[in-house]
Amino acid sequence: MWDYIKLIVVGAVVVLAAIAASYARDLPYMVNALTIMLAAVGLFIWTMRGLGDAKPSTDGYADGVVRAGVIATALWGVVGFLVGVWIATLLAFPSLNFEWAQGYLNFGRLRPLHTSAVIFAFGGNGLIATSFYVVQRTSAARLWGGNAGWFVFWGYQIAIVLAATNYVLGATQSKEYAEFEWFADLWLTIVWVVYLIVFMGTLYKRKEKHIYVANWFYLSFIVTIAMLHIVNNLSIPVSFFGSKSVQVFSGVQDMMTQWWYGHNAVGFFLTAGFLGMMYYFVPKQAERPVFSYKLSIIHFWALIFLYIWAGPHHLHYTALPDWASTLGMVMSIILWMPSWGGMINGLMTLSGAWDKLRTDPIIRMMVVSIGFYGMSTFEGPMMSIRAVNSLSHYTDWTIGHVHSGALGWNGMITFGALYFLVPRLWNRERLYSLKLVSYHFWLATIGIVLYASALWVSGIMEGLMWREVDANGFLVNSFADTVEAKFPMNVVRTIGGLLYLTGAIIMCYNLWATVAKGTAKADAAAPVPAE
Amino acid sequence: MDTYSFMRQVADSWGMLFLFSVFIFVVFWAFRPGSRKVHEDIANIPFRNEDKPATEADVIPEARS
Repeated sequence: MWDYIKLIVVGAVVVLAAIAASYARDLPYMVNALTIMLAAVGLFIWTMRGLGDAKPSTDGYADGVVRAGVIATALWGVVGFLVGVWIATLLAFPSLNFEWAQGYLNFGRLRPLHTSAVIFAFGGNGLIATSFYVVQRTSAARLWGGNAGWFVFWGYQIAIVLAATNYVLGATQSKEYAEFEWFADLWLTIVWVVYLIVFMGTLYKRKEKHIYVANWFYLSFIVTIAMLHIVNNLSIPVSFFGSKSVQVFSGVQDMMTQWWYGHNAVGFFLTAGFLGMMYYFVPKQAERPVFSYKLSIIHFWALIFLYIWAGPHHLHYTALPDWASTLGMVMSIILWMPSWGGMINGLMTLSGAWDKLRTDPIIRMMVVSIGFYGMSTFEGPMMSIRAVNSLSHYTDWTIGHVHSGALGWNGMITFGALYFLVPRLWNRERLYSLKLVSYHFWLATIGIVLYASALWVSGIMEGLMWREVDANGFLVNSFADTVEAKFPMNVVRTIGGLLYLTGAIIMCYNLWATVAKGTAKADAAAPVPAE
Repeated sequence: MDTYSFMRQVADSWGMLFLFSVFIFVVFWAFRPGSRKVHEDIANIPFRNEDKPATEADVIPEARS
C-alpha cells in the first residue's frame, strides 16, 4: 500500500517538475526543474521495479547508507579539490579563462562551486555517513526510521547537484557559503529536518544508558546548522518559476546575519561535527578510550556556548557597531581555550600508544589533523583581534587560514575515518595497501604546508603593500602591483593543492582496491565469543 | 523601552548570568563525586556493540564485563 502512495507522490513530482520547467523564467531554474524531474523519474522506475519484492532484513546495523555516504565523500572530495586546483591555477595564470567558457566557467562562477563542493559535498557527506555509523554503534541500535536514512542521503546529493548547476549557470544569493537559491534552500531544509529526526530517533531507542560524547557533537552540529540555515536564508522569491529571490534582511542586519551564519558554519559544521568524528575514530584507531571524558564534556559545553558569538570578528571596521565587533573578538579569543582543550584531549588519547605513530599511517593522519585543528584554532583567535585583522583581512592570509583548517583538520580526519570505515563496511581483512596510505599522508601534508606557507607570505605581503604610504601620505602600491607580486606564491599554492589532490586520488584507488581486490574477512557471520 | 533596548539589557545582564551559571553547573556536574566510574563506562561505549545492535540481554550492566 505504502509503495503505491509513494508511486503516486513521485509521479506527481515528475509532472509538477515538468510544468515548472516549461514555465521557467530563467535557465538555471529550468535546468534545476529538469534535474528534479529526472531524479523523480529514476525513483519512480526504481520503486515500480521493486514492487512486491520481499522487504530487506531490518536486523543488524543499517550500513548500506553509510557505504553510499563513504563513496560519495571520496568522489565529491576529488571533484571539489580538482575545482580548487583549477581556480588556483586561474589566479596564477588568468589567461586560462578561455573565451568559449566566459560566463560559465570563470573564477567567479567556479569559486562557490569549489567551496560548496568541499564543505557541503565532501565534508557534509562525510559527516552524514560517519554520524550514521557512529550513532548506531554507540547507541547499540539500528538506524531509526527505515529508509529515511536513504532519503537523507539522496536528498542531500540532489541539493548538491542543484547548487552546483545553479552556480555555473549564474543563480546565486551572493551570500558566502549560503549561495543556494530559495528552492534549493527549502529542499535542504526538508532533508536536514529528516536527518535530525533520524539521528534523534536512533538516540531515543539506544540500548546504552548514556549518550556518547561524539553524538553530542553531531547533534549540536545538526541542530545548529538547521537554525543557521533557516535564519540566514529568509528570502522571498520573485516568482515561483524563477530562481531569483530577495533577502528579508538588509544592510548591516543582513551582513551580521550572514557572518553569524558564516562563522557558525565553520564552528558547527566544520568543527563540532568533525569533533564528533574525532571523539569516535581516534579512540577506535588508537584502541583506547578518550583521554579524559570529563574534559570532553567541558570541551563540548564551552565550545557551543562560545562559538555562536564569534561571527562579528568578520566585520571589523565596517558599519557594524564597535561593541558588537569587540564582543565577537573577545568571544573568539576565549574560544581558544576550549579548542585547545579538545585538541589536548584528542592528542592525549594516544598516550601510551605513541608507538602506533610509527606503524600506523592512519593514526598519523588523525594526529596531524588534530595538530592542524590546534594550529588553526590558535591562528583564528589571533586574526580576530582588531589590530591583526586590519592587516590580515581581505588578504590571502585569511584564505591560508581557512585552508590549513579545512585541508589539515577536516580533510585529514575525514581521510582517517574513510580508511577506518571501508574495510569494516565491506567486511575486508585490511586495507589494500598501507604504503599507499603513507604516500597519501605525505602528499597531503606537504601539500598543506606549501599551501599555507605560500599564503602566509602572500597575505602579509599584500596587507603591508596595501597600507604602505609615502612621505606625503599617498598610497605607494596600486591593487595590480599586489596581484603581480603574488604570482610566485600563487604558483606554489597551486602546486600544494595539486599534491593534496594527488593524495586524494591515491586514496580513492586504495579504497576501491580494498573492496575489489581485498579478501573477505573469515566467518564474519559467526558470533564473536565473549571475552 | 523599545524592543531592542529591552533585549539588549536582558542579554547583557540576566541572560549572560543564566548562561554562565549553566556552564559553571555543567563543569561542577562533570566533576561531581562518583562521576569517574560513570565516565569510564561511557568512554568505553565505542568498544562495545561494534558488529551488531545490542539485544535486551546485553543491556543488563552485569553482562557487559
